Order: sequence, then structure tokens, then C-alpha cells
Amino acid sequence: MTRKVIKAAPKKTTMKKAIPSDIDTQAGYVRIEDAPLLPPPPSEVGVTGWLYKNIFASMSDFGSVSAALKSVFVAASTLFILYFLVTQISGLLDFAIFSAVWSDPEGLKRQACWTVEQGGALPNGWHAACWPFIEAKAKFIFYGAYPNDDLWRVNLTYALGGFMLAWVMIERLPYRKIVGILLLTVYPVMATVLLTGGAFSISTGTIGGATILGLALITIGRLGKAGYVSGAFGDLALVAGVCGWLVILFAAVLAVFAIDFDLEAIDTRDWGGLLITLVVAITGIVASLPLGILLALGRRSEMPVARFLCTVFIEFWRGVPLITVLFMASVMLPLFMPEGVNFDMLLRALIGVTLFSAAYMAEVVRGGLQAIDKGQYEGADAVGLSYWQSMRLIILPQALTHVIPGIVNTFIGLFKDTALVSIVGIFDLLGAAQSTLADAAWSTPVQGLTGYLVVAVIFFVFCFGMSRYSMFMERKLNRSHKS
Amino acid sequence: MAQPQNTAEQSVDQKTIVSMRNVNKWFGQFHVLRDINLGVDKGERIVVCGPSGSGKSTLIRCLNRLEKHQDGDIFVHGIELNNDVKNIDEIRREVGMVFQHFNLFPHLSILENCMLAPIWVRKTPRAEAEEIAMHFLTRVKIPEQASKYPGQLSGGQQQRVAIARALCMQPQLMLFDEPTSALDPEMIKEVLDTMVELADDGMTMICVTHEMGFARRVADRVIFMDEGQIVEQNEPEAFFNNPQSDRTKLFLSQILGH
Amino acid sequence: MFGRDRSLTSLLNDTFIRGILFQALIAIGLLLSINWLADNTLSNLANQGKTLGFDFLTRTAGFQISPTLGTWMLDYKVGKSTYTDVYLIGIINTFIVALLGILAATVIGFTVGIMRLSDNLVFRWFSSFYVEVVRNVPLLLQLFFWYFAVLRAMPSKREKLELVEGVAGLNITGLYLPAPIVSDGFIYSFLSLIGAIAITFLVRRYALRRQAETGQILPMFWIGLSIILLLPVLVHYLNGSPLDWSLPEFKDTGPKLRQGYQSGAGMVLVPEMLAVWLALSLYTAAFIAEIVRAGILAVNRGQTEAAYALGVRPNVTLRLVVIPQAMRVIIPPLTSQYLNLTKNSSLAVAIAYPELVSVFAGTALNQVGKEVEMIFMMMMVYLTFSLMTAAFMNWFNSRVKLVER
Repeated sequence: MTRKVIKAAPKKTTMKKAIPSDIDTQAGYVRIEDAPLLPPPPSEVGVTGWLYKNIFASMSDFGSVSAALKSVFVAASTLFILYFLVTQISGLLDFAIFSAVWSDPEGLKRQACWTVEQGGALPNGWHAACWPFIEAKAKFIFYGAYPNDDLWRVNLTYALGGFMLAWVMIERLPYRKIVGILLLTVYPVMATVLLTGGAFSISTGTIGGATILGLALITIGRLGKAGYVSGAFGDLALVAGVCGWLVILFAAVLAVFAIDFDLEAIDTRDWGGLLITLVVAITGIVASLPLGILLALGRRSEMPVARFLCTVFIEFWRGVPLITVLFMASVMLPLFMPEGVNFDMLLRALIGVTLFSAAYMAEVVRGGLQAIDKGQYEGADAVGLSYWQSMRLIILPQALTHVIPGIVNTFIGLFKDTALVSIVGIFDLLGAAQSTLADAAWSTPVQGLTGYLVVAVIFFVFCFGMSRYSMFMERKLNRSHKS
Repeated sequence: MAQPQNTAEQSVDQKTIVSMRNVNKWFGQFHVLRDINLGVDKGERIVVCGPSGSGKSTLIRCLNRLEKHQDGDIFVHGIELNNDVKNIDEIRREVGMVFQHFNLFPHLSILENCMLAPIWVRKTPRAEAEEIAMHFLTRVKIPEQASKYPGQLSGGQQQRVAIARALCMQPQLMLFDEPTSALDPEMIKEVLDTMVELADDGMTMICVTHEMGFARRVADRVIFMDEGQIVEQNEPEAFFNNPQSDRTKLFLSQILGH
Repeated sequence: MFGRDRSLTSLLNDTFIRGILFQALIAIGLLLSINWLADNTLSNLANQGKTLGFDFLTRTAGFQISPTLGTWMLDYKVGKSTYTDVYLIGIINTFIVALLGILAATVIGFTVGIMRLSDNLVFRWFSSFYVEVVRNVPLLLQLFFWYFAVLRAMPSKREKLELVEGVAGLNITGLYLPAPIVSDGFIYSFLSLIGAIAITFLVRRYALRRQAETGQILPMFWIGLSIILLLPVLVHYLNGSPLDWSLPEFKDTGPKLRQGYQSGAGMVLVPEMLAVWLALSLYTAAFIAEIVRAGILAVNRGQTEAAYALGVRPNVTLRLVVIPQAMRVIIPPLTSQYLNLTKNSSLAVAIAYPELVSVFAGTALNQVGKEVEMIFMMMMVYLTFSLMTAAFMNWFNSRVKLVER
């Protein structure tokens, strides 16, 4: 069916040049006057056009029996879904906002959220969120059993971390790289000291010994670089040199841990809620990144032993569920360590999570390395860079920008997976919420729903935000790639 | 000029293959085709040229309903092009199209690419479809590639396969949408030669292209489009040597300048 | 460095030798570490008075397990069944919930994925909303939600919510359905189902041959469907319907303790299983939807345009051009999701559905205490699943690789 334009088009007869009426097949035709630029018919634009294209187009094909059936089905489903969405969303809003109890001025606690039948003041059949409960438990949900006097330490850690992260993420700020490195090295040490209280009992002997070892290794490395040791041993010397720097770093960290900053020591058993969730997730990602990179390089290596071992390691951790890893870590780790070495529960979980996450990280990095044009490797070789130099200067920087969306996605997954530590007895966000449900002083029929709703929203906000950031980064990287 | 018939009946000796009257099309607010009037007789070869964004591709894509026109009438081989699915199906059977990016089916062999439409649209038995496919593959001069896959062929070979694939439906009209624009220079000639042969055999074709040599050699009419309207059309000699409109002159100077 | 005389130093410089040296060092280092770990483990175990050994598997298990497919298949009895039975029950229950979850997640996931690409705005919004919410909330939390939502909505033990009068009902102890009791002749009904499927294949071959010869197309879908549905039913009735159903039995009289659904009659799906199934299916379906969407979008628009330009109808285009190409992109991540679903079933330990982790690494481990062996046995199961999946994916990828230069 052709549609008539509502505004009348000027007739062809207004053309000045004499043209036979059948201009179609006429060779030698020249247009004198431009055809007018007309607005599109209503079915294309505006409200009706939008409505048609987006809703009714899929239900208006009645050309054949099957098409008609499909149209009816689509129309019915659309109505049903609309009904469903409207009822569920309005129900949710009602539960969370409109019918919810917002305050408990008389300090009645659970009674504030009881219906008349149960002994309270609310009308029977009332069923909505009890926000005073959350208010009372908020500190527990966010900090766990962390002593109130020392909450400033947690807040400082949060603020510092957030500030530095924002600095790294915002394009226009200078010194992003330096802040990034600080964020990955100095910040974790600081955070550990702030949160635990520092002042671990590390003997000066250990620190001294480590320093001496580190210095020795560095000297060997220097000798190797200067050419006093040749051949295969020269390589070993260089590796020793790098290890030496790591040992020195380790000694420095130990030294900082040993200093008494006069902070109250707080056992990790007292940490809980969002604090634990963030600690586990962030530590997992930060610690698994270097390990993952090494594994990815190893898996792509030409040395069969390295390749085999890395592949086995990666496939093992990717093939088992996280919950079994956590069980293994909490139950078996003490067995693996020599007698007397006692592992903090949280530390066990962190180790398990790190190893687990390193395997997934390795696959993400490997994908990034594979995506890099072979020419880059060849170019680096041609310029005369050694393996490690080319990796450090050319390949890895490119690969890492490639894989940032993948890393963020892994982080989102890890963030959600941290909820599993509640099963092995560590109070993360979910665990903290669950334990608040045991508080009899607030026992109401809506206690569970309110608590879980809050936790769900917190998780959703974090995860959704991160996924949006990941999509944003992906788009940016794609654009820069095309140009 | 016979009046276009508004039925689904095919009229085999229909002289007018394409008839477009007062056709307008919009993409959202953008008026992409303005008052198009065009008629193509059987056996005619039309070349459509113009600057990018002038609506040339949109014009020919309206002819097989890959784009929908919002105003005006289009008749192809006597059948009206409207929302009626039966009409659209019939028109698509009679019109073949060759795309800029070939659009061969990568998971099927060359032979299967060519046989797909005859088997599933015209319900041809398999042996006959294979015969037809080999016939046209021979005509585009690559019968030996029949069992290969599109990924194994060069660009020029792929485009020739695309032409053969369209021909296997034995259409009344062939549409070419910038068929050589995505090819490396050394492969353009083989495709153009194929198209010239096709034209010499009497196929009605409408070709959107920048290859002016081809237009001179083959076209009965050259149409120049700009900003959605047909600005000038003429026989190739007259068109290239004596362009009437200023816009045509400008375009030709840009295209033939190098 | 190169091209010097082949002295000892240049031998040491050789990259090949260096490589071997390096690898030898890694191998030695690894062996030393493993040795150290093993030493520690053995001495720690000795201190606790434990030894390594798998003989606990023949001991009888002394705890109750919820009625599930595993307990039914192995006829689990407290005090009679061994820990081997417990292990097998765990595997069976994991397998069944994973299988049901995969089926449901695939159906839901494909539907939602296609909805996300629809013209219809309502479909698009709804599916986007569903995918975003489900993907950004932890599975464990969703599992709790379904478990509590499912439980909350259920009538108590002594009441019931009838789905089909006298045949199927729900309450807090589970979903009760009729249990099939097969008598002698049933094997023929089952065989006729197999036969119907075989016949359908034969008919399809005939139809394809006919199409190749004459070009005529038979409506294979309807024909096949009718054969598969009608033939077994026909055979079944002619044979005297040798299939009985044990209907669930509900008592609302008599001593209070014995009221409610009676065990032994009908089949029960415990709420834990329903919750795990729901949570796993809906969670994985969201990821599958994204995979399906990406797969379909990966097929170039030009492909459908070329097919339409040839006159091929949309549904045939979908079947012959779009879906084969989309499947290549969809299947590898899809199998990853199936594997994830199987691994995620281990979360059921949080609500005590007796799958492998909860029954073996949970309760049994508490009773037996042989951590190393039991966790090893558990991980072997999951690793086997993973390796099988990886092997399948490699095979699939090599089969469907597009032939290129």
C-alpha cells in the first residue's frame, strides 16, 4: 500500500523546460528545478512512527496464517510482560519505599515493624521493608565487628584507595602511571598496616637476613650484566638480580610491618561485611595479576616444560569450583605448611582466591597476547631486545590495554564469587547480612527480605557500575584501534 | 508504453522491466530519495553514478525491497512492490543483485552457494540445480573452483561467483551495487569483463559504479544522482562529452580528473 | 654471540642449551617444592594420628540424605550404605541438577537472547532488564532468594497447594508428582519411541532424496513431530498401557505427626533441588542470552541481504545461512557456560541440597576427617567434567572451522 504524503508536492508541470510527459525512459533529461525536501510521513517519525516501529511492527503482519499466529502471540506476550513488569516493579517500590517503615523514634526495635496481629502498630497484611533494622545493622554490614573507635582506619583506607583509583582512571590527570604503581605496591602495604594494626612480630634477624640475601642476589645480577659471568650462567645471574630486587622489596615490606605505629591490633576475625568483600576481591585481583601474566607467558613459551606446567596449573584451577578451592584452602593449607605455621582464616581464603583468579587472569592475558600482531614480536626482535625487554617494553603494555575489559569482567566475577567465603565461615557482605537475621531483637517476618534486598542492591550497584566501565573502556579501545 | 499492471501475474513479454514513479524515501528525518522517476526497458543497461550519499545504492536497493520506499509507486516486471509478501517474493525471484562486499555464504562451497536459491526457491531438483550452477560458473570462467570455499578465493573470483550465484536464478534484471569498489585494482578488470559479457548477451542491468570506462563501453543510459534526486540522464557519449547540469560537470571533473 | 667457535662457553651460550637448563631448573625446583609440601603434610597428619588411605570408602555412612535421584537410584539406607554410595549419590545428584539446569538455561537463554534482538521494545527492555539484574547479583544470593521465596510461598507440612487435583501438589516438604511404575510391557513403549526416532530419520533421508530428485519439499518438521508423538502412544495403548502411576498420597486425618504427604507414594522433588535448579537455570540463562545475541549479531547483515535478494524466504534464510554461522560463534562459549553451571551446582552446599560438595566434602568429611583423600576425589570429578568439555570444544572447533586460504 503506498502512502500519500500529507503535504502536496509541487506538480511536475511547474518545470520550465518542455519535457514530454513520459520522462521515464527519455535519454537526454536534465532536472531544472530541485524536488522539494519534504518531511517524512507520520509512520516514520514522531510519536506514531516510534510507536509503530518499536511496538506494533512486530504484531501487525497478518499476511499468512503462520504470520497472523505469530503476531497474536507477540501481542499477547507483550501485554503479559507489561503486566508482569508493572506489577513486580510497583510491588518492589511499594515494599522498599512507599509502605516501608522508615524510622523507629521510640526505639521499639522489632515492634516497630510488627502488624497488629503480631503485637505492633501496623495494619494487618502489611508487608514491606523495615529500614530501622538496616539502620541499626548498617555498621555491621559495612564493617563487621570492627571496633567503633577504629572505624576511621577503615574509612581512611577506603578513601585513599578510592582517591588513587579515581586518579588513575580519569584521563586528563597527570602522573597517572606513578599513582598506578603506588596503588599496586605502596597502598596494599599501607592498607594492611591500617586495617590490621601492623606491628607484626617479625624479628630484626629475619629482616636483616632478607636484606643481605637481596643485596647478594643483586650483586650477582650486576656481575652478570657487566659480563663477568657468561653464557647460561649469565642468564641465571640476571634472574638472580631481579629476584634480589624482589627480596629487598619484601624485606622493606617486612620492616614496615614490624614498625609499631601505635595502632590497636585488630584480628581479621573481627572484620566483616563489605570490608571483607572488598579486601578479598581487591587482593585477589591485584595479587593474581602478576601471577596470571607469568602463567600466560609460560603457557605461550616455547619451552615444553614451562608450557606443560603452566597449562596444567591453569586448567586445574579453572576446572574446579571455587567452593572446593576454598574448602581446600581452609582445610588443607595448614597441612601443607610445616608445623607451627599458623594461617589466619582470612589469609587462607585469600590464597585460595588468588590462585583461582590467577588461572582466569592468565587466560585473559593470553587472549591479549594472542591478539597482538605477530609483527610486534618480530619488530622487537629485530631491534635487538631480549625476551624480557621486549615483553616489558613492547608486548605487555599493548596486551594489557587490550585486556582491560577482560580484567574488569574477571574482577566483577570475583567480586560476586567472594560471597562464597561466607560458606567457609568468613563474614563477608552476605555472611554479615545473614548473621544479622539471627538477632532476635529485630525478628520480624520482613527481616530476611529487607536484609537480602539491601545486600542485593549493594552488589548490583558495584557490579553494574564496573560492567558499564568495562563497556566504556572497550568502546574507547575499539575506537583508538580503528584510528 | 504499456500501462503497468497491478496484479501478481507475470507478463513474459513485458517491455518495461522497471517503473518508478514519484518515489520518495526517508531515513528518519533525512529525505534520501526525492521524487524519483525512472523507467527501464528490457535489455537496457543503465549506469547510475554520483557522489557518495546521493542515494544511488538506496535507489537500487528499493527495487528488491532491501529498502522500503515510503511514497510513490514501484513496478518491477509488472508486479507492484508493496507490503504484500507474495509480490516481494516474486520480484526477488526475478531480480538478481551483486553486492559490493560479495556476501558469499562462507560455510558453503561455491557450488552450494549457487545451488541454494534454485533448490529452495524454485524447487529445482538437485541434479538440475547443479547443472545450472556449473553452467553459470563456466560462464564466469571459474568452473574449476566449484568445490572450494569462498575463503579460499581471491576477491575477484569471489565477486564472479557472486555474479554466477545471482544468475542461477535466471533473473530478468540484474542490479550491481558498486561491484568493483572493494576489489584490488588488478582484479577489477576480470569482474568488469564478466559484466560486459553479460551485457552483450542482452541482460537488463542497473549498475551503480564509478567505473566510467565500463559505462562508456556498455551503458545505454548514464544517470547522475545527487542529493537523492536524478539530476541528469543521457546516452554515454552525450553525457560524458556534453554534460548539461553544473553539478554533473563538477562531478565528472572530479571523477575523470585523475 | 653467534658464529663463534664451538667451545664450552659457546655451547653454554646456545639458546637451545640455555632453554634446557632453564627447564631443568624449573623441574627441579618444582620437585623440591612438592617434596617439601608432601613432607609437611605427612608429618602433620602423623601428628594428628591420621594416615592416608582410601579404605574409609567401605565404611558405612551414618547420616540421612534428602530424598533425591541419587538416593533413589542407589537405594540409600542409613547404616547400610557405604561412603562409596555417598560419593556416587553426590555425583548423581550433581549430574541431574546440572542436566536439568542446562536444559532449562538453554531454552530460557536462547529465548531471552532472541528477545533482545527483537523489534519489539517491550521484549528488548524486559530481556535487558533481566540480563543486567541477574548477571550483577551473586549466584549465592539468588539461590538464597529462590530458596526463601520458594519456601515462604509454600503451605506448611500439613497443608498442600494442589497443582493438578490429586496428581501433583506442593508444600514445604517438596513438589510431589506421580512416580512412574513400569510393568512388563513398558519396554515396548520405550522401544517404540526409539523406533519412532529412527523412523523419523529414515523419513528425513527419503524426503531429502526426494527433494534432490524432484525439488519438492516435504514439511519434515510436522511429519517428524507426528511420528515421534503418535507412534509410541499408539503402541503403548495397544499394549494395554503398561505404565502405572504411583500418585502422591496426602493425609489430613489421624495423628498430627503423620499428616501431610506420605513418603513412599509418588515422587518428590525437595525444595532444595527446586531452588538450586531455578537459581542455576535463571543465572546461566542470562549469560547464555548474551552469547546467543553476540552470535547472531556476528553474522554479517550482508548475508541475510544476499539471501533475501536471491528470493530465499526469511525462515529458510535463518535455517540455512544465519544459524549455521551463528552456531560457530555460539557453541564454544556456550559449552563454557554449561561447565560453569555444573561447577556452580556446588553452591548447593549452602542450602544442603545433597550434591557432591555438600554431601561428601560437607557432612561426610566431618564424619570421616580424611581431608586430603576426599577433597582429591571431589576435585577429580569436576576436573573430569572440565576435561571432557575442553575436549569436546576442541573437537567442535576443528570440525566447523571455516575453510580459508
